[in-house]
Amino acid sequence: MRCRRCRARAVIDLRRHNAGFCRECFLRYFQGQVERAISHDHMIGHGERVLVAVSGGKDSLALWDVLTRLGYEVDGLYLGLGIGDYSDGAARSVREFARGRPGRLIEVDLSAEYGFDVPAGAAATRRAPCGTCGLSKRHIFNDVARREGYDVLATGHNLDDEAAVLFGNVLRWETSYLGRQAPILAATDGFVRKVKPLFRVTERESAAYCVLVGIDYQVEECPMAEGNRHLGYKEILDELERRSPGTKTAFLFGFLERGRPRFVTEVDAERAALGSCSECGAPTPGETCAFCRLRHRVTGGSQTSVQLRVGS
Amino acid sequence: MKVLLRNPRREIEVDGPMTVAKLLDRLDLNPESVLVIQGDTLVTRDVRLGDADTVEIRPVTSGG
Repeated sequence: MRCRRCRARAVIDLRRHNAGFCRECFLRYFQGQVERAISHDHMIGHGERVLVAVSGGKDSLALWDVLTRLGYEVDGLYLGLGIGDYSDGAARSVREFARGRPGRLIEVDLSAEYGFDVPAGAAATRRAPCGTCGLSKRHIFNDVARREGYDVLATGHNLDDEAAVLFGNVLRWETSYLGRQAPILAATDGFVRKVKPLFRVTERESAAYCVLVGIDYQVEECPMAEGNRHLGYKEILDELERRSPGTKTAFLFGFLERGRPRFVTEVDAERAALGSCSECGAPTPGETCAFCRLRHRVTGGSQTSVQLRVGS
Repeated sequence: MKVLLRNPRREIEVDGPMTVAKLLDRLDLNPESVLVIQGDTLVTRDVRLGDADTVEIRPVTSGG
């Protein structure tokens, strides 16, 4: 197979584009997709400070790398989730990646700072650990970004992540979530701007980017995510993609262009009705935010002040 | 050929020669869900692998 652009030997074939790329042309393609996402959706303005949420996996490390190469002022935020060897490996990957790089690495440990970890949260709530994990991440990422004065919070959500979330929300007609699903969520009272600059690339492409530039990311999958619904949706979508390349792209981009606008009104009304959590000040529709309620349920609920560990 | 698989990490022997596409098919793996790595680079589906080759088949799907 030959590179579509330069005719050198291809190292990757992208069936959704009916194209193969050599290393150099693939890296240019990947960076171009991120640039296009950022500029088309006005994700990051000139001179703005960006905080990238990093997990040690391929997407977030690829994102930090690309944003740095594009000239943005980027720091990383790592949240220790307390999932045994998996979290130890994730922390090692993040620290190794951050070493010697411009920008600092901020570390927050869920157990040390909030008194519980993901396994404890899952046990106390008797619900899937991914729920505790996602809620904690959303709360703490936003909280740290606000307190540390960042303009933008960037996450490594890719096209597959977004397509799988969309698939799940459509299956259950979660109209509120459908209105909220977008590559950029504007800043409002209590929320820093959130952006997903990788939403135009697949996770196969972000893994390929890491291999080709030499990023040693954590390949092991989270043991607590095994068999979760999100992975099941991805498996189904990958099978559809195998049979008909471009299906995931058409599904997600068709929704963003033609479907989402029909659900946005509901979200605007929800956001306008938000107050502040009586304990931590985070935006919430009730008296106490979901994260503080979770913390109370697991720990009995003492208020903590978060200590940030700052690396290189 | 030697084939390294991940999650869990293990190594298997597969008789060559065969293309990457055929290898994935034989292992019942969806090409959309994996990368095939040889050394520090990637190989496309049409590349022919021989008995002396070593490749890693790395899953790319994350559950978070």
